[in-house]
Amino acid sequence: MTAETATEKPTTHSVRAQRKAKARISEGKRQERKLGWLLCAPAAFVMIAVTAYPILYSVWLSFQRFDLKFPDQREFIGLGNYATVLTNEYWWTAFGITTLITVVTVAVELVLGMALAWIMFRTLVGRGLVRTAALIPYGIVTVVAAFSWKFAWTPDTGYLGNLFGEGAPLTERASSLAIIMLAEIWKTTPFMALLLMAGLALVPEDLLKAASMDGATGWQRFTKVMLPVMKPAILVALLFRTLDAFRVFDNIYVLTGGANNTSSVSMLAYNNLIRGLNLGIGSTMSVLIFIAVAIIAFIFVKLFGTAAPGSDEGGRR
Amino acid sequence: MTGAKWRWGFLDLVVIVFALIPVLWIASLSFKTPATITDGDFIPREWTLENYRNIFNTDQFVRALVNSIGIGLISTLVAVVLGTMAAYAIARLDFPGKKLLIGISLLIAMFPQVSLVSPLFEIERSIGLFDTWPGLILPYITFGLPLAIYTLSAFFRQIPWDLEKAAKMDGATQGEAFRRVIAPLAAPGVFTTAILVFIFCWNDFLFAISLTSTERSRTVPAALSFFQGASQFEDPTGAISAAAVIITIPIILFVLFFQRRIVSGLTSGAVKG
Amino acid sequence: MADIVLDKVTKAFPDGTLAVQEFNLEIADGEFVILVGPSGCGKSTTLNMIAGLEDISSGELRIDGQRVNDKAPRDRDIAMVFQSYALYPNMTVRENMAFPLKLAKLSREEIDRKVDEAAKVLELTALLDRKPANLSGGQRQRVAMGRAIVRSPKAFLMDEPLSNLDAKLRVQMRTVVSRLQKRLGTTTVYVTHDQTEAMTLGDRVVIMRAGAIQQVGEPQELYDHPNNLFVAGFIGSPSMNFLPATVSDGSLHTSLGDFPLGERLRSRLADVSGDLIVGIRPEHFEDASLIEDSIRQRGAEFEATADLVESMGSDKYVYFTVEGEKASAAELEELAADAGSGDLPSSGSNLVCRFSAESRVKEGDTARIWVNLDKIHLFDPSNGRNVTLHEGRSSGVSA
Ligand SMILES: Nc1ncnc2c1ncn2[C@@H]1O[C@H](COP(=O)(O)OP(=O)(O)OP(=O)(O)O)[C@@H](O)[C@H]1O
Ligand SMILES: [Mg+2]
Repeated sequence: MTAETATEKPTTHSVRAQRKAKARISEGKRQERKLGWLLCAPAAFVMIAVTAYPILYSVWLSFQRFDLKFPDQREFIGLGNYATVLTNEYWWTAFGITTLITVVTVAVELVLGMALAWIMFRTLVGRGLVRTAALIPYGIVTVVAAFSWKFAWTPDTGYLGNLFGEGAPLTERASSLAIIMLAEIWKTTPFMALLLMAGLALVPEDLLKAASMDGATGWQRFTKVMLPVMKPAILVALLFRTLDAFRVFDNIYVLTGGANNTSSVSMLAYNNLIRGLNLGIGSTMSVLIFIAVAIIAFIFVKLFGTAAPGSDEGGRR
Repeated sequence: MTGAKWRWGFLDLVVIVFALIPVLWIASLSFKTPATITDGDFIPREWTLENYRNIFNTDQFVRALVNSIGIGLISTLVAVVLGTMAAYAIARLDFPGKKLLIGISLLIAMFPQVSLVSPLFEIERSIGLFDTWPGLILPYITFGLPLAIYTLSAFFRQIPWDLEKAAKMDGATQGEAFRRVIAPLAAPGVFTTAILVFIFCWNDFLFAISLTSTERSRTVPAALSFFQGASQFEDPTGAISAAAVIITIPIILFVLFFQRRIVSGLTSGAVKG
Repeated sequence: MADIVLDKVTKAFPDGTLAVQEFNLEIADGEFVILVGPSGCGKSTTLNMIAGLEDISSGELRIDGQRVNDKAPRDRDIAMVFQSYALYPNMTVRENMAFPLKLAKLSREEIDRKVDEAAKVLELTALLDRKPANLSGGQRQRVAMGRAIVRSPKAFLMDEPLSNLDAKLRVQMRTVVSRLQKRLGTTTVYVTHDQTEAMTLGDRVVIMRAGAIQQVGEPQELYDHPNNLFVAGFIGSPSMNFLPATVSDGSLHTSLGDFPLGERLRSRLADVSGDLIVGIRPEHFEDASLIEDSIRQRGAEFEATADLVESMGSDKYVYFTVEGEKASAAELEELAADAGSGDLPSSGSNLVCRFSAESRVKEGDTARIWVNLDKIHLFDPSNGRNVTLHEGRSSGVSA
């Protein structure tokens, strides 16, 4: 806050000292760098060793015509696959569906997750029980959970099948999407809640007390005191949840198999890669999904500014 | 006070119902006899343990359970340790390449895993990792690390760094300061991360099905897809449900064990103001 | 125990902030040195460099004659009490205090003995099994202190250790610190914001401003002979009164009136002309009716209307408003900003006088006031220098 007072007068002096400091990195700085690299090296090494080749390979494939059913026709076609995918109606339908699912589920999960986190964190009775129970949905193998939903919503075999009168909900588009979203929300709200609860644990009690002494209402305490402190945790939760939601796959795969125009972009990629063996088109879709997700991530990180990991401010105090 | 307790009790109940009804549905399916499994009743009319008996009679399931637990624990441990180291460096130290590491880990978290499976399969085949524990552990660590790094560095940012300075003044090396002062305070973050990473490994289907071929390393979610009913013509729904119930138990234990470490006020009293 | 020498120590942060520049100081073995200055002037940074928590950008730091610039904190054998107490929240009071000893790999018995001893000195014995969260501010402060003294280090560094305590506790802890230091005889560098701590605790006081030393000396010396406007305004509470002034025809023209220049001032002002700032401490005013004739001619008299009278029992503070220009200089603005009184709306200058308790002056009265001309200081507004000082006395000026 008083940086100016320190530098305002002896300008030439300060400039000189600064230059000196830059030219010769001090012993301590060098040690700090070394330690930083040392600590990050193992993580960086594993991540790069495992994914560098696969990622580069699939980017490479996205520039090729490469269908395992017709391996002889393999050739480099530049952005040809991208043109094919981006002019394809199915792709855009899937893209719209995916966006819809992402926006709705993440928004609902954020609100529900916050409430859930609050309950898990604050409850006076049966804390361990609530925390554990709330996390079970996330712990259940997705495919099995999805399967049980499907079973439950199928008329005659499930308890929910006849909830809305006659007709099978999973054979109509709107109700199918609603069920897919419900299954997603049920399954991953606990993920959100757990991360947010961890953020809640960081809010100092004193701060809340001070705020209530200052006459803040419950809602003000929440928005003015807790949210700012929880910002990093919220960012992580939102970021990773959105990345995941945009790649929604398991639930759709089991619940509708993509029927009635309920495919997500990941379903399309999967269908091309694994089922259709069209590696070129499939890889192109993967890269496009990656780009879409990267844009979302970029927006979040910008929105959260200095709360993002590794931003210079705030971390080193 | 009791009024508040009742209110909380009610909220707890809402949460538990919301979370558990679908789970109970799975449990219900697992207790139904083959004849009644498609009757649509929430509570079984005829109870049976046949499904459980069946899955435990095949070595396949037991073996898969062992694989899942082993692979899950090892991956979680390694990912949390490596993630903690990196997150500490990111939150605390100034070094070139920091942003790059953050970027790379986000990139890995973002790339659709579907398209990475085939190249990974090729690599593992050629270096003999295919269908081994390390063959699954390595990708799990890799895909668990970004989440671990992000979660943990959000935590480390909140720790009062005067404590580390104080420890250094008290004669601690950087390592000792970290181990004895900083790490205990980061516990909520570490355990949150551990829970999330473990669940990720435990639930993964994609890698499990593509990078294993025998029961040597096949984990439960993959093994489930090979389930048959008791006879070839029987529907495996009951068996799958029973297996799903069984494999949820370790998760419950894991969460029960670690959730108590997620508490507030760990740093209170450390610094004034 | 050790002597500490800072030789042209400079700190430039990577962002270019020059927090400390060419800091020269020799601290003798067993000495208690105080660092004071406004917020952000580089006190903590200086302390951190001595501790080894910040790198020294240039210059040399010697402890016991040995260059320690590149030594890690743990190899310097110095203890520090932090501005935030920095207690380990996960450890009990006992564990907090035992921590440095454990790291030094002392035996259990020895650790227990030393911790108990320190706890006794600081009256913490009853609290040994509590966690920091369950302690009062003063108790936390003592634990922080205890952690520093248990291992009998070569030197103590304390960064505003009392700044968060209430006034009474602060007075109490001040004597604890003072007694402790005398008893242990350990070299101590103590950072504070607080006037009284600065004046009462230390053997010597170092006044800093914007990263540079303004003056070093014993407290009384700084009070009586401030090198410059900044030191004059910083030391003393209530602080020195400043008014604009000019010199001509052997007299000093101020908004209080024209005062004759005595022999002392005339000789110092030989080569000075133009605008000046006159500085007068509150106690160098007196109710004119109480002045004995024998000393009356050492000063001059003027009249003003009292705005406010505060009776302290032992004496009275009387506040006047003096019409006319305010004294203005960069230093004064900075001091006002630091004191938080930067923009008090007022038409003239405020004057604070300390009268003896017998004075009958009441609010609204027009009082006749005597000012002791032997004690006034004159400053050059352009550079803040005290032009009334003997040249030889000005040590450590930054000009
Ligand atoms: N890491 C840093 N990077 C850049 N500038 C810094 C850093 N730390 C401190 N400064 C700046 O250095 C100057 C001196 O800071 P320092 O903490 O020493 O002040 P201080 O005298 O202890 O103040 P206070 O009385 O408020 O504690 C300030 O202007 C501050 O903004
Ligand atoms: Mg400070």
